Order: sequence, then structure tokens, then C-alpha cells
Amino acid sequence: MFDIDLWREIFQSINKNRTRSLLSGFTVAFAILLFAILFGIANGLNNTFAEAFKDDAINNIVVYPGETTKAYKGLQAGRKIQLKNEDYKYIKDEFGNKVQFITSRVMKNVSATFRNEKGNYTIRAIYPDNIFIEQNQILEGRYINQRDIDNKTKIVVIGRLIEEKLFAKTKAVGKYLNLSGIQYKIVGVYSDEGGDDEENILYIPLSTSQSIYGNNDFVDMIYMTYNPEMDYDQALSFGNLLERKLKERFSIAKSDQRAIRVQNNAEGAQAVNLMSFGLGVIIIVIGFGTLIAGIVGISNIMIFIVKERTKEIGIRKALGASPRSIVSIILIESILITAISGYVGLLIGVGVLDLAAPTLEGFFIKDPGVSNTLVVGATMTLILAGTIAGYLPAKKASKIKPIVALRND
Amino acid sequence: MLKIQELHKSYPMGKSSLHVLKGINLSVESGEMVAIMGSSGSGKSTLLNIIGMLDNYDKGDYILDEVPIKNLTEKKAAVYRNKFLGFIFQSFNLINYKNAVENVALPLYYQGFKRKERIEQAMFHLGKVGLTDWAKHLPSELSGGQKQRVAIARALAANPKLLLADEPTGALDTATSYEIMEFIQSLNDEGKTILMVTHEEDIANMCKRIVRLKDGVIMEDKFVEQVRAAQYV
Repeated sequence: MFDIDLWREIFQSINKNRTRSLLSGFTVAFAILLFAILFGIANGLNNTFAEAFKDDAINNIVVYPGETTKAYKGLQAGRKIQLKNEDYKYIKDEFGNKVQFITSRVMKNVSATFRNEKGNYTIRAIYPDNIFIEQNQILEGRYINQRDIDNKTKIVVIGRLIEEKLFAKTKAVGKYLNLSGIQYKIVGVYSDEGGDDEENILYIPLSTSQSIYGNNDFVDMIYMTYNPEMDYDQALSFGNLLERKLKERFSIAKSDQRAIRVQNNAEGAQAVNLMSFGLGVIIIVIGFGTLIAGIVGISNIMIFIVKERTKEIGIRKALGASPRSIVSIILIESILITAISGYVGLLIGVGVLDLAAPTLEGFFIKDPGVSNTLVVGATMTLILAGTIAGYLPAKKASKIKPIVALRND
Repeated sequence: MLKIQELHKSYPMGKSSLHVLKGINLSVESGEMVAIMGSSGSGKSTLLNIIGMLDNYDKGDYILDEVPIKNLTEKKAAVYRNKFLGFIFQSFNLINYKNAVENVALPLYYQGFKRKERIEQAMFHLGKVGLTDWAKHLPSELSGGQKQRVAIARALAANPKLLLADEPTGALDTATSYEIMEFIQSLNDEGKTILMVTHEEDIANMCKRIVRLKDGVIMEDKFVEQVRAAQYV
């Protein structure tokens, strides 16, 4: 199939008609350039959304109390609601298999000291399930376990950034960290994709915190994840049921919005899914739109080229060119121009995205990029597009009657 | 060499049709040099186009070198054109982005010759028309006479059995016309069969036979004393 003379003919024709070839190439290059940039931006937006929800498990539910705003059952408004260990147990017992992981949480601000290094951090006192809810990754050592809870051990698991700051020259695991006057042994270091704030947290066992900092069984919040086998509607109704049951338990008016809140990620998850889907549709529409515009553009130009070259094609036919050789010369020229200029457009697009990426991050567009698969796919599509764009004009060219082409005018 | 019997051709013109050739009978032997004459609309160009397989006909017979030419597919027509015929046009019809030698080599490309051979043969034919030094020039850099000589070299390159010329001197001044005619005559002297359409009496008289067409029929078909173009040059 490879015919060096055919290619020589094609390159000569492209070369001798540089302006025309450049113009038609420009159409395609520009279409693909736009496509790559739009695609990258859409991709970047998608990344931003994905990341916004990367912090915690996607099926999170958070319960946190406040103050009542309405009098109910003889209790007056303004009553402070306090969660306790028994509420944690209640949820666990009442909802059993609907809850996947669950932890109570108490928060406290401390100043941490190691030798001469010092910093102010937040303690989160938690149960072992917290690792799944926060999606912490253990980098070194271990996380808090049930034995720590049972024995109220004074241990701490520290975030990656805390280790970086306080333990610049040495390993943190095994060292003792002074948290506002009390020595805790560091047993582990974790990382979290939720951003810097999430890696500046100290995790200690809940029982330890309750005995040291208050000698009570108070809980600030309860975090859980719902059983991921539940679909969106089931998850929503579970959240609603939980809220209703807790309001009953604390004698809160049904319409009281502030006394206890149940924040269900199922709602957010649905929104994100919809958003991603919407973006996906937009990307496809834009992609096909630009591609079709490109095909129509090059097809138009190829028709023009055939028209312009009618006489030449007539001469070639009079000299003995077969219809097939005419088709291949036009078709391959079209494919060549489309593929090369399209690829150039793609490269420029990727380059522009690369250069603009740091600026774009300010506009909620993170890592705008085009994947390798897409590049390969797009190149294949371009070759296909060139074939489609060139086919009709080529067919038309092969049908040119030399007599018509050579008429003296 | 060439035999045409009761050839009819009409062009559809809206609802009616225009009957251009109304039963042409013509046979040409090898080595002849024939001028086809006639006023415009007489059908002389149509006849040449049919002979050149650039156009088809409705009725009758056309046999070229013992091959009946009828209802050819595009592909077959391309092969026959390439093998049997060389064309010389009034407007030269050179490909404007190819230089002289590339233009001459084009029929050889369609015959499947290798590039080196093509260029070699094309240079030989360019030499024959006296344009060796102009081989690398584009048509736009050549004079009318030179262009026509390149076109003749191209027509000769495929080594055709029959040379067809449609008003070969129509776009040239008298002096250049005679130069070209002198060259065509020398080709005929070497044995090439030549068929040309012209409406100029002096050019026609440089052929050996004149066929006059009027309204789609042959009015006159006579052999003439050839006027040598050389005496005017």
C-alpha cells in the first residue's frame, strides 16, 4: 500500500499550495485547540469538585447539637443540648446495620511542645472507627485502637504537617509530646487528602480525653458513615429518621432547626454526581460540536480544493489517471492535513493548559489536563474525521469528466 | 488504425436534445496527419473528444487499433487513454505547480514507471522538443511556444499510437504557430499518426488530409499537398 510516489505527489501538492493547506489546517488546529482547552477546563472543574469531597468519606453523616429555639413539652427555649456516650450507644443499637462506621468526637485546643518546638493545635478525641470516616492514611506507626479506649492510654496520633513542623530533625513515632502540660506518647503519623487543616490535627482516644479534661462522658459531635449499600433515597430517609429519633430523645420540637443538626452527605453526593454528569454532558457536546465544525470546515475546504483543481484532475485523467488514484490523492491529502494540524492544535492546547494551570487554580479549576488516552483517541478521531471530510470531495473529484474539466474557458 | 462508422452523438438540452454528430464515417491509417476543420458548432471538437475517449457516444462503432471502444468504465478508459493516446490542447493544460520535467513525466507515473526512469525518459523527450535547459522551470516561467512544446513532450512521453491535438496553435502567434507545426510535422515524418482540430486554413494545409465538418456530417474529406512549415520559419 505504501507508495512513495503517491506521497511525493501529495507532499508536492500540499507544499505548492501552502496558503491553502495552512488555511485548512488552521481551521482544524483551532477547533482542536478550543476543544482541548475547554475539555481541560471542564476536567479541572471536575477535579475541584472531586477534591472538595475528598476530605471525608462520601457517605458521611454528622450529628452536632446546639441550643433549642422553641419551647417544647414544658422545656423552655435556649436549652443547651449535650450529647453523651449513651447517645453514641443509642445510635449504634437503634440503627445497627444502617451504620457502617461511627465515632464520637470531642475537640480541644492545646499547645504542643517537643523540646524547643512549639505549636497550637486542635485535639480530636475519637474512637478507632474515625480512621475510616476521616479517611486518614497511616504513614508510620499505628492508629488509635480499642485497647487504647479501654485503658485510657495517653497516646497521640499526629498529622503529617505536625511531624514536619515539630520533628524536623528526628522521627516522631515513639517520642513524647507535651500537650498543654500532659505528656502523650506518639504512636503514629497520618496523612489526609482533605488539605492542610486536616493534617494539623492530633488524635487521641476519646476515653482518655473524657477522663483527663472533664471527667465526664460528654461528646461534642457524632460522626458516622451510612451503609454504602443504601441508595440515595434510603440514605436520605435514614438521615431524616435519625434526626427525628434524636429530637424525640432530647424532647426537641420537630420544627426546631437549631437544637440538633444531622448533616447528611448523601445530599451533597447527589449534587456532586449531578454536577459531574452535567459537566460530562457539556464536555461531550462541546467535543462533538467542535469536531463536527472541524469536519465541516475541512470538508468545505476540500470541496473548494477539488473545485480549484478540477482542471488539474481533468488533465491527470486525460493522461491516464485512474479514478482510484484521484480518490487516494485527495483523501490522503485531507487526512494528512487534518491529522497533522489537529495534532498541532492538540499540542498547543495542552501546552496552554499547562502554562495556565497555576493561574486557573484561583478559579476553582484544578489540574486542567487532557489524558494520554484522550490524546490518542483524539488523534484517531482526527484521522477518521479527515477521511470523512475528504471522502465526499474525493468521490466528487473522481467523477469529474475530463471533457468538462478541459473545456476552454 | 482508427475506424469510425455511423457515429451519432447528441447532448441533452433541457427537454429536447442537440444532435451534434449525425453519422460520421472516418478511417485513419497509421502514419496519417489529418486536420479536422469546421466552423464552431460543427461538431469537430466533439468528434475529437470521442476519439480521445474523453466523451462517450450514443450510436455507431469506434475501433481504435483493433480494440472496440464502447461503454468503457472509467478505469478502462484511463488505461486506454494512457496506452493509446497523447493529447495536445489549445491551452496547453500543464499542471502549474509542477516544473517542465515533472509535467512530462506525469503520464509515465500513471504507467507505473519508477521515478528515476520517469525523469530519464522525460528529459529525453524534453530534449527532443529542445527544452533541456528549461526542465526545472515552472509553466509560468515559460513562453506560450515553450509551454506547447512541453505539452507535446508530455504527449509523446507515453509513446502513444495516436496524437490528438485540439487547436494546438490556437493560443499562439503566427510565428510560434509555424514553429510548433514544424515540430508536429517532424513527428509525423517519424511515423506518428496525428489528428488535429483547427479552424485555420494555413494550419490545416500543413496536414496531409483535411476533413471538413458541417452540422455534424462530413462535407468533404480530401488528401492535400502538404505545406511544409519550415519554409515560413
